[in-house]
Amino acid sequence: MSAVAADPRPAVAGASPIPFARIVKVELRKMFNTRSGFWLMASIAIIALIATVSVIIFANDSDMGYGLFATVIGFPMAILLPIVAILSVTSEWSQRTGLTTFTLIPHRGQVISAKAVASIVVGVVSMLLAFAIGAVGNVVGSTIAGVDIVWDVAFSDFLLIIFANVLGLLVGFMLGVLIRNSAGAIVGYFVYSFVLTTIFEVLANVANWFKTIRPWIDFNFAQGKLFDAPVTGKEWANLGTSSIIWLVIPLIIGVWMVLRSEVK
Amino acid sequence: MLDHMITIEGLSKRYGGFVAVDDVSFTCKAGSGTGFLGPTGAGKSTTMRILTGLTPEDSGTAQIDGVRYSDIPNPSTKIGVLLDASAQHAGRTGREILMISALTMGLPTKRVDEMLELVSLTPSESKRRVRNYSLGMRQRLGLANALMGDPEVLILDEPANGLDPAGIHWMRGLLRSYANRGGTVLLSSHLLNEIEVIADEIVVIGQGKIVANGTKAELLSTAGTFVKSLEPDDLLKALVTAGISAEPSGDAGLRTDSTAEQVGRAAAAAGVALVELRAADGAGLEEMFLKLTEPTQRESINPEGVVA
Repeated sequence: MSAVAADPRPAVAGASPIPFARIVKVELRKMFNTRSGFWLMASIAIIALIATVSVIIFANDSDMGYGLFATVIGFPMAILLPIVAILSVTSEWSQRTGLTTFTLIPHRGQVISAKAVASIVVGVVSMLLAFAIGAVGNVVGSTIAGVDIVWDVAFSDFLLIIFANVLGLLVGFMLGVLIRNSAGAIVGYFVYSFVLTTIFEVLANVANWFKTIRPWIDFNFAQGKLFDAPVTGKEWANLGTSSIIWLVIPLIIGVWMVLRSEVK
Repeated sequence: MLDHMITIEGLSKRYGGFVAVDDVSFTCKAGSGTGFLGPTGAGKSTTMRILTGLTPEDSGTAQIDGVRYSDIPNPSTKIGVLLDASAQHAGRTGREILMISALTMGLPTKRVDEMLELVSLTPSESKRRVRNYSLGMRQRLGLANALMGDPEVLILDEPANGLDPAGIHWMRGLLRSYANRGGTVLLSSHLLNEIEVIADEIVVIGQGKIVANGTKAELLSTAGTFVKSLEPDDLLKALVTAGISAEPSGDAGLRTDSTAEQVGRAAAAAGVALVELRAADGAGLEEMFLKLTEPTQRESINPEGVVA
């Protein structure tokens, strides 16, 4: 036990503030350095691999093409990435690490922003990794099947799919900030993306007036258009209005609550 | 540097109808140890959470070196905080927890190993996940975390909880040497003997209010005399006859504000044999503390027959 280590220094003032980039780096590390976090990240690559192998084994030779790989890999991503974002926020409360985090950095807005940036980075990198695994699968699958290798996904489609997944991830993030409980926020995400979608679907079928306004207020519906390029100006506008209702406003309320809440 | 490192003024916090912290004011002198003493639920933790910016106060101020905690840039390099050693991610290793703090503060990673050595956590223990740590190991890890930034102020909430007697002895030594080097320590406990060695000043809180505040010498050497006889009833009669008022204290003893000489003479006059007669060191504080905890205790102290 060294005596030097417990030697206090004089004067409280004089330290420089913690740079935002450092907080982002630490938040990224925190997403990987727990057992659950590590396996969640690993599962992204593992599931992309399983999906690719499944396509190679089960798909008809005539359907073989990059579009098929991208679709099959994309579906589990849409579920996993929001959970990554949810846990990055909720673990501070569910695992009570916030007690340490918010004494290290007593600026909760900065911590929440850093988590958002770190989640988006993980989301984009995961999508690129999944696409790369799919590309390898396409080459291998087509070669095995003895068909021409088909690249039927345009670069702009890539960007739209990544953007759509980042939006889904941000919905998870918003629910994490709003609910601040891991189990609650994950359940919330499934309610949000499946139950809500079903309700809107039924409503659109029975009420004509709802059918006309649905694109403007149904966020899931508007997001679906991103997978159906080209996206028209009206569809972008629909995405804008519905995201204000289902993403921006709840996120603002959530952050406002986080800034005022008590960390116990 | 101000003379008072920690200044708490008129601090209040309510939860619905429950007043957790009620107009609390006290200071901690720079370079001294302050014991924050009170029964469980008295408002110690709430006060400390407000001090470190985790809980918003309803009114009053809590400042460190003249500023709010949240206004200190990179605060953990100045203020070491341990509020709850169990508040860690169960799936993270001890080493990673320290690593996160070191990286956030911008410290070299060798600091992590130094701190692990300081709190006697072995390399293999540090690679275990906190889920498998005993409360004592978590407290050590928490202390390592608090000392990481080489702070000049330490704020510790019940750090002795879960430590075995050897661990408590070790922690006292660590904190005493830290205070002797000029560090300021605010240390809470619900046990007087846990803070006695470290605290130069003692602040006693009960039901959200400060009930006593002073140097350890002042509070522990309460004026008065402790006296004990094998015939407590006869002794009480003797004292009452001599015009000395007494209160029950400890195990069948009595405490009075009169001097040992007056008590001795009164007992001698009545022919009561004494088994103890001495200055009532700390008895006053202990009684006050017992009174504070009374409403939360199942068995209250029954002063039957010994009412002066």
